[in-house]
Amino acid sequence: MQHTDRRTTPRLFILGASCFLLAVLMVAGQAPRAGASEEGYKTYGAEQARKVSREVKRWITTDHSKHPALQQDFATPEEVTKACLTCHNEAALQVHNTIHWMWIDPADTERKMGKNGLTLNNFCISIHSNQPRCTSCHAGYGFKDASFDFSSQEKVDCLVCHDTTETYKKFPTMAGYPVSEPTPFEKETFLPPNYRVIAGAVGRPDRDNCGNCHFYGGGGDGVKHGDLDSSMLKPSRDLDVHMNAEGANFSCQRCHTTEAHFIAGRSYKQPAYTERTSLIEDDLVKRISCESCHTDKPHMAGHKANDHTDKVACQTCHIPAYARVLPVKMEWDWSQAGKMKEGKPYTVMGDLGRSTYDSKKGSFVWENNVKPEYMWYNGRMNFMLATDTIDPEQVIRLNSVQGSRNDPSARIFPIRVHRGKQPYDSVHKTMAIPHLFGKDDNAYWKTYDWNKALTAGMAAAGLPYSGEYDFVSTEYHYPITHMVAPKEKSLQCGDCHSRDGRLATLAGFYMPGRDGNTPLNTMGWMAVLAALAGVLGHGLLRMVSRRKQD
Amino acid sequence: MSAKRLYLYTRFERFWHWAQTLLILVLLVTGFEIHGSYTLLGFEQAFTVHNFCAWTWLVLYAFIVFWMATTGEWKHYVPTFVKMFEVIRFYAVGIFKGEPHPVPKSERVKHNPLQRITYLGLVSLLVPFQIITGFLYYYYNQWPTMGWNWALEPVAVLHTLGAFGFLVFVIVHVYMTTTGHTIGAHIKAMFTGYEELEPHDKSRDEEPRQYHV
Repeated sequence: MQHTDRRTTPRLFILGASCFLLAVLMVAGQAPRAGASEEGYKTYGAEQARKVSREVKRWITTDHSKHPALQQDFATPEEVTKACLTCHNEAALQVHNTIHWMWIDPADTERKMGKNGLTLNNFCISIHSNQPRCTSCHAGYGFKDASFDFSSQEKVDCLVCHDTTETYKKFPTMAGYPVSEPTPFEKETFLPPNYRVIAGAVGRPDRDNCGNCHFYGGGGDGVKHGDLDSSMLKPSRDLDVHMNAEGANFSCQRCHTTEAHFIAGRSYKQPAYTERTSLIEDDLVKRISCESCHTDKPHMAGHKANDHTDKVACQTCHIPAYARVLPVKMEWDWSQAGKMKEGKPYTVMGDLGRSTYDSKKGSFVWENNVKPEYMWYNGRMNFMLATDTIDPEQVIRLNSVQGSRNDPSARIFPIRVHRGKQPYDSVHKTMAIPHLFGKDDNAYWKTYDWNKALTAGMAAAGLPYSGEYDFVSTEYHYPITHMVAPKEKSLQCGDCHSRDGRLATLAGFYMPGRDGNTPLNTMGWMAVLAALAGVLGHGLLRMVSRRKQD
Repeated sequence: MSAKRLYLYTRFERFWHWAQTLLILVLLVTGFEIHGSYTLLGFEQAFTVHNFCAWTWLVLYAFIVFWMATTGEWKHYVPTFVKMFEVIRFYAVGIFKGEPHPVPKSERVKHNPLQRITYLGLVSLLVPFQIITGFLYYYYNQWPTMGWNWALEPVAVLHTLGAFGFLVFVIVHVYMTTTGHTIGAHIKAMFTGYEELEPHDKSRDEEPRQYHV
């Protein structure tokens, strides 16, 4: 019997071993893919997307400087617009339908969502009664109060988006107009634009056309967004892998695709996109989501990261931090405003090169390289209105991202949360709008009297004000979607799959590496300890008894 | 006085034994890291290694089962209660008195009743249980396409429970190897294939009564 065994076992062994080897090879074939050696690998999605969206040499079939309509010495910017409209006769009407003009969410049938509606933020709070200062970012001329004529075509500012000379600048406090004579403002002197030169050189919007407003939202560089500031003008590869000036050098419109002046993107309640489709599925898809180009399986075949795309937004791993170059304003406390030094307003500079106190605005906290907070987000946001009743005991979410674990369109998303303190009507329990800017005695920045400022601001917004105010803590949510890091700088599995990782507080689901079942762990380790104690005791007894026997 | 040597463990048997040893240890170490018990390789590396070992074991397991079936080795794993009590008594009492093992190894009886039931339980219950819960765990994302609306936690808990089972087995199993007539005798046998029998072992002469199969 032993004989037979000895003859058959080598064969069996060889068979077994070779199959085992085969299995190892099969699995090994997969393993490097899952490993870190991704150099040179082109993902299917990226390759296909490149084919579909390969940079087309766009050529413009006109030289604007040769158009007779533009060969004149314009006295006002409205005259430039009129000249533009002689050819582009639909352009102004198209702009009229967009949020850049209306400052109202086009999707909001009640016309309440938007800067010119009843939404608020915790930066400069509201444009009502503050229009001349706020509307320097409006794509129009002369929006200085509520009487602005939104049906006027010639008030549309074509140049702010189409100037390619980078010389066209609107004056910060002139309701959307450039200056007509040299005017100093803060450290800069604004010069009247040479309309003839600028109009002769108009072209498709570039990064700085968009950035002139969107990088400086909230009144300064990096105040508002955190993932959009002047460092994005010419970002390094580390800061933004798509917009890297030496690399792919994407313009904003590469993702924010534009049709008839309607620019794809998120505006208030309306999500940036509702369909998660890619160019591979449909090459007419608007490129606003990551999936548009990268598909929903953007990683190497078989890589577990592909399984995450149903619940985790690309941004979550690929934007490990925002404000990675320039600091961002994280907190703004209006309740501290109005302090004087020797009877005069003053500012205090912080160590990040930004002011941490300003008598006009209160105290600020600035941060660099900020880790986002993570929330379920389905692309929709809820915005509070100035007419909504609040509970001042709670932190007021002036806006908040919508979505939950059970919402199939929601993903775990990186969110910038800006925190503040701002005035509210302590009798009516509503948020309060202050009249900040102006030369009149009601303007807070002139007389530092909250009651006067709030009375004037609320009156301008057409809202009741009781005459009594206090300050309440507020939050404002920004989904983080710019500043996409290169893949080698993205988050690693363990950044979330760990006890105190990035998703430590996101409750409602079991995540390997983060969540342990405490009773199970206790029981399990107790069983292990019992086994160890048992065998150790048994072994000791054996040793003792053997010694006795000897 | 010279000890008798018995060739009990063939090359493939020894190979799968040690291959499984390695796989179980690596799976335990990486598995508990994935579980969040400690940080050693880093989550991603632990995950990659764990899955690699799991797949490897799955294939090895198929070959072991095939080998068991074709060589008739499965007979050594047929559970029996014959002498079960004597074996329990031996490990609880007799071993301290220097008594001989009630079920000495022979070509026909490689395992005592406790081993049989343990190994059978391992190969037919615990391993498949870990394979099934492991597969479910790994293919979590495919559950909706299967129409399953389950939570991940129960599956993770069950898989971890199995892991604790393995850990307890490993501890006891390793300790039991030291209960031969010398401390290293059983381990040596798993390398050489030869089990040395205790000298003057009269019970060897008895006809073992295990085989009624």
